Amino acid sequence: MNKMPNSLQLLSGNHAVSWAARLCKPDVAPLYPITPQTPILEKITEFHAAGAMKTELLTPESEHSAMSACISASLTGARVFTATSSQGLLLMHELLHYAVGARTAIVMFNVNRTPASPWGFWPDQLDSLAQRDTGWIQLYSETPQESLDTVIQSFVLSEKLNLPCMINHDAFYVSHSVEPVDVPDQGLVDGFLPPFAPEHMLDTNVGSSFGAPIDQATWNRSRKEMAAANDLVCDEITKIGREWGALTGRSYEPLEKYRCDDAEVVVVTMGSMCGTAREAIDDLRNQGIQAGLLKVRLFRPLPKQALQDALRGIPCAIVLDRNYSPGTGGILHQELKSVMYGQENAPKIHGLLAGVGGLNVSAENIRDWVKKYQKAKVEPESQWVE
Amino acid sequence: MEAIKYEENGQFHSGHVACAGCVEALALRVVLNTVGQDAVAVVPPSCTAVICGGYPFSSVKIPVFHTTLESGAASASGVKRALVAKGKPDTTVLCLAGDGGTYDIGLQALSSAAERNEDILYVCFDNEGYMNTGGQKSSSTPLNAVTGSTPAGKLTRKKNMVEILAAHRIPYIATASPSDLNDLTDKVKKAKNIRGMKVLIILIPCLPGWGVADDRAVACAREAVNAGVFPLFEVEDGTKYTLNVKEKVQPVNSYLAMQKRYRQLSEEKISAIQADVDEDWQRLMDKTNGR
Repeated sequence: MNKMPNSLQLLSGNHAVSWAARLCKPDVAPLYPITPQTPILEKITEFHAAGAMKTELLTPESEHSAMSACISASLTGARVFTATSSQGLLLMHELLHYAVGARTAIVMFNVNRTPASPWGFWPDQLDSLAQRDTGWIQLYSETPQESLDTVIQSFVLSEKLNLPCMINHDAFYVSHSVEPVDVPDQGLVDGFLPPFAPEHMLDTNVGSSFGAPIDQATWNRSRKEMAAANDLVCDEITKIGREWGALTGRSYEPLEKYRCDDAEVVVVTMGSMCGTAREAIDDLRNQGIQAGLLKVRLFRPLPKQALQDALRGIPCAIVLDRNYSPGTGGILHQELKSVMYGQENAPKIHGLLAGVGGLNVSAENIRDWVKKYQKAKVEPESQWVE
Repeated sequence: MEAIKYEENGQFHSGHVACAGCVEALALRVVLNTVGQDAVAVVPPSCTAVICGGYPFSSVKIPVFHTTLESGAASASGVKRALVAKGKPDTTVLCLAGDGGTYDIGLQALSSAAERNEDILYVCFDNEGYMNTGGQKSSSTPLNAVTGSTPAGKLTRKKNMVEILAAHRIPYIATASPSDLNDLTDKVKKAKNIRGMKVLIILIPCLPGWGVADDRAVACAREAVNAGVFPLFEVEDGTKYTLNVKEKVQPVNSYLAMQKRYRQLSEEKISAIQADVDEDWQRLMDKTNGR
């Protein structure tokens, strides 16, 4: 009843993000172009030029300044959106820490792309995974529709908890692939997303300062408060994802289980590879192999309890990492080993470095790896596969 | 001597932690009181950040956002745009930065804010070096000055920030000095009423950093103005130059002699400084056409 009859549009993942931004009516949007994020920026500037967005648009000289402006605008009580990718995200690194410490409510979209050197423009999640210690909420999206829906949900989440949120989708596989996307009615979004009304902000009627030098105990306390807010994220995003489902028919959870119930082996991955893995799981099931997929949508804070519950009792998990952390291996592999450490009935956990640098990973690849690694001895190190 | 005429309205409080005799605190007092209560300040790391106060204290009445060293102009832009979006376009947004945050690490963000002609009042307290970290050279440090990172004296000139900003054709740029507080007050008032990007560069002789006696900072600033080392002038729209102190009345020697950072300068090095000052003065005269 809430859907427009003609709400389906053919949109790329990036343009779906621009539509989400438009629907959320940010007060301020500092934006700097970078491949493959640029269609997000260009569609927003088109909306703005056409009068469909009233946002204050800033086009500064770097992602660093873009994030600086995001932080101060958020602290002035503005709803803030930005988007970036790869080098841009890495350039922001100092300020990503700052944005969390200052308890801003920025929503940022990141298009996952290989970091240089050497130069590459390919899907790889190292850029955002390398920011995992900054304290940004991180969500990974599989499709254009999910990207649109997640941006809207993230504003609700970030503005409620005063934690900035980074939503990621893979370069090209999602950013530039076009599919029918349900663009919800403005009224629906207005009803779902309350106005941003932070308790504290830069206000000329209240001469309070933000970010002033502090002593050790106060810094320590700020991290404990951050931890307390982080503890709320998983439940909040679950609640918000379900509320969104009630309105649109598209419900979201921090983790998505696909054919996991009686699974003997579960593939665990994030982002666009989930779509391919789904196909592989169906193939394997048709061949009589009890395989399932565990899609990690919320990566930070890591939904530890949900992961433990999902994997406990399953004999084998195969993590597919489209990233490589030198000295560690696959980052999701490392995280899962850590989460399952000491758990009873934990699966054996294989880590596969699959599609690092944007190499294509086919359903056939995944099918073959499941068959091979389900029976293989577990190595502590992530394994390179092609 | 002229009476100081700025209006004191309680924007800056005693008990701050500036060094005794610091003229940055003096200049800050004049700037904040002239701008008034309807303002928000953005402060990158600098002596001003320390003077504004550590949590939970604040020596200033307006809200202050302490940002990162390279982000002053970008952060101020963010505050301004947020205020505009929230229906408060008339609130003054100040950026109170040092020369490191302006001439060096903050230059990229400053240039971009100038190019976008953001409606902010950017004030650079120029003490010609990283004095808050113990006194190292910045690109604002002048020729032959000894700092913690130029123990044998700096080999190159001070960067000409006014010319860089003028090339952006922003509405208003001015230099000011704690020796000429009425001139500073007039410039802050003027800048406050201009929409778009305004930059004030205020010379701040640093007592420990320059090796100036505790009671001589104002005198040192006056010597700088009188010797033409730091001329007081305004640039409107990047092209219209106006000199506020029209004459260079003395050589650089007495200005240099009151600072330990110029100790043991050879006659040759003093001459080199004088030659630079003379050249810059002539260049400025050419731009002002005697205005």
